[in-house]
Amino acid sequence: MRHEVRFSGFGGQGIILSAVILGRAAVMYDGKYAVQTQVYGPEARGGASMSAVIIDDDPILFPKVMNPDIFVIMSQEGFEKYGSGAPESAVMLLDSTLVHSRPSCRYIEVPATREAKETLGRDIVANIVMIGALVAATKVVGETAIERAILDSVPKGTEALNTKALKRGFELVAQEKTG
Amino acid sequence: MTRTEFWQGNIACAEGALAAGCTFFGGYPITPSTEVAEHMAAKLPKRGGTFVQMEDEIGSIAAVIGASWTGARAMTSTSGPGFSLMMENIGFAAMTETPCVIVNIQRGGPSTGQPTMAAAGDMMQCRFGSHGDYSVIALCPASVQEMYELTVKAFNLSERFRVPVFLMADEIVGHMRERIDVPDSVERVDRVPLEKGTLPFSAGKTGVPGFPAFGKGYGVHVTGLTHDERGYPCATSPKLHEELVLRLVRKVEDARHEIADYEIVNPDAEQVFISYGAPARSVGQVLHDLGNENVGHLRLKTVWPFPEGILRKFPDAKEFLVPELNLGQIAREIERYVDQPVKQLPKLGGDLHTPAELKAALGGLK
Amino acid sequence: MSYFDWFREDRLPTIYCAGCGNGTVINCTLSAIDEVGWKREETVFVSGIGCSSRASGYIAADSLHTTHGRALAFATGVKLANPDLNIVVFTGDGDLAAIGGNHFIHACRRNIDLTVVCMNNQIYGMTGGQGSPTTPRGALSTTTPYGAAEQPFDLAELAIAAGANYVSRWTSYHVKELTKSVRAGLETPGFSMIEVMTQCPTNYGRRNKFKQVADQIEYMKTHAMLRKKYDTLLEKGEPIPEGAIVIGEFARRSRPAMGVRRAA
Repeated sequence: MRHEVRFSGFGGQGIILSAVILGRAAVMYDGKYAVQTQVYGPEARGGASMSAVIIDDDPILFPKVMNPDIFVIMSQEGFEKYGSGAPESAVMLLDSTLVHSRPSCRYIEVPATREAKETLGRDIVANIVMIGALVAATKVVGETAIERAILDSVPKGTEALNTKALKRGFELVAQEKTG
Repeated sequence: MTRTEFWQGNIACAEGALAAGCTFFGGYPITPSTEVAEHMAAKLPKRGGTFVQMEDEIGSIAAVIGASWTGARAMTSTSGPGFSLMMENIGFAAMTETPCVIVNIQRGGPSTGQPTMAAAGDMMQCRFGSHGDYSVIALCPASVQEMYELTVKAFNLSERFRVPVFLMADEIVGHMRERIDVPDSVERVDRVPLEKGTLPFSAGKTGVPGFPAFGKGYGVHVTGLTHDERGYPCATSPKLHEELVLRLVRKVEDARHEIADYEIVNPDAEQVFISYGAPARSVGQVLHDLGNENVGHLRLKTVWPFPEGILRKFPDAKEFLVPELNLGQIAREIERYVDQPVKQLPKLGGDLHTPAELKAALGGLK
Repeated sequence: MSYFDWFREDRLPTIYCAGCGNGTVINCTLSAIDEVGWKREETVFVSGIGCSSRASGYIAADSLHTTHGRALAFATGVKLANPDLNIVVFTGDGDLAAIGGNHFIHACRRNIDLTVVCMNNQIYGMTGGQGSPTTPRGALSTTTPYGAAEQPFDLAELAIAAGANYVSRWTSYHVKELTKSVRAGLETPGFSMIEVMTQCPTNYGRRNKFKQVADQIEYMKTHAMLRKKYDTLLEKGEPIPEGAIVIGEFARRSRPAMGVRRAA
């Protein structure tokens, strides 16, 4: 089964790292194939950043995302540039702290930045909260796989914080579903 | 044995170089190749190798050639503007038969163009960019796996033939991350040392002279001037110049079938795509989607010397289709060798040909 | 051994014109190398393009005769890849300061452990006498037929400012001092630059009022002024004589260097 996941937000939120972590989880710990690509702008901070991951059980031929079925949107500008055209069949996880618009497809509101700031004390892990929500909602990779990929990718000393952020993402989706 | 990794193409290239025994990297930062240099900067010193960031790309290739003369397996990486700057000394490497590997992660040109977008606009520059007649080897990877494998191969070919070998990648393959199976060890071919008592530029039957590394007592003189077998300048001898240049060209061109590396799918097809680099991925998708044997694919991993002999492996071909990230640089080369029509499918701007575009190019014949 | 044992005999005579100063500079350099006892198999001569740069081809050691202006970049690769090799770079004013100017200042900045002998004849000699970055104001050349209008570079000062550990300037007249200075350069870890003012009778002297070779050597002799004297004049506010060639050892220091030979 091929999934095409598109991440967007502003530079500095860890949009690209999120995509790398997701691809890594699929390849290294779920035994699948993945290709991660991104749009490079001249700015390192701000702007609308975009990165994409294709995950498939079979080797991936065409490496670019054409019809994303999963969107992870973390800024209003990112929504406008990379999320507003999402097809009806897609599912979108959006950071409800920062994105005011809502798409016409199915969506899940994840207050990731608020949770990161208020519950976890560091807004820098908002992207990890989003990844947790993404995995819980779509099962695009396994929960163990994503946790291991995160631990591979984050700076030493921040493992506990990031694991907590991931779990918080899992919980937010569980609450959304039951609530 | 292999291990699985999820690597960026540029990292796979650097890792391939390290696996191939590269001990010297001289470079200058330029998008979209910089990750190669950064990775070498991090890894080489820990392995006893040398990384140097030079003042420009002219200096980078010069330092690489200097290092190679001490016997080091040496490389640089760059992109369009830097590649242009390297051209004079690439000719020097060809003339002095210096093994070296030059990685070009191609971006859109001319000039500053599109620093972060893919292109394959330097394919002719890599073949003909320096002045005078000479021959080189160029390899084109289409995956992260091949960024690794073809970098290893580039080193081995460069050592064996004593020529600059180019890894002509593009921004898509250089920047994307994907699954790669990394081997525990790789094949290694080393330059053959010069036999003592033999003239340093006397080539013998192979056309490739033995290598007199600096610091071993050979006392060799290496010059970019036309030289005789002793290495001494003889720049006004028409005969010696012709002999030397013909040998430099023939040692590569005569081995073109041996150097040729490619993949063939559906050799009996009437319509055949010929691709190299990232567009090969689009063609692969088209063939997968069509799921029949009516469309063939020749995927070139070696582009220079151009392996024209394999064009004959498609006996029923009525048309060749050549998707390229330039305005038909290699399509024109193919036209030189085949009688069938060659349909150029150029694409500029940085995006890859979509499978739909390529399917449309097949037209009614499919 | 003497300096003559370093020559590649089957390549002699050189291409240099009668009266050219380059032979003197090469002899002094090889004498200094012979004095310090460098082994031939551990010594590499690197050069660029021009009359000066042909020097590497006359020496019976490993030598790399490279492209115009790039000798220092090539030499950087040789030295960093094998710090056990001793490197001498022969270059000229056009090679080093015009087309190779950027490599020059960066090699000084890196303070890479090699010795540059720059034969400064203030002209592009091999190609027939075009103006160079060290052609004095007013001097005639084929590209400055009305007199050079641009201000010349002071190569030694440039090397000092860019970070070289050893910098000196002598002339082809001062053979003893030059030999001693090259030796000091060879023995100083880091980048050493010995600038040698030298005569090009064919393409500089002839156009610039030096009718005989000896006239230009005499000029260098009479106009040479030791750095110490020059500094004293400056200090006292006294005028510097026109056409003075400041000579001597300008810098000898021990800033951090790159590519220094590993301890045995």
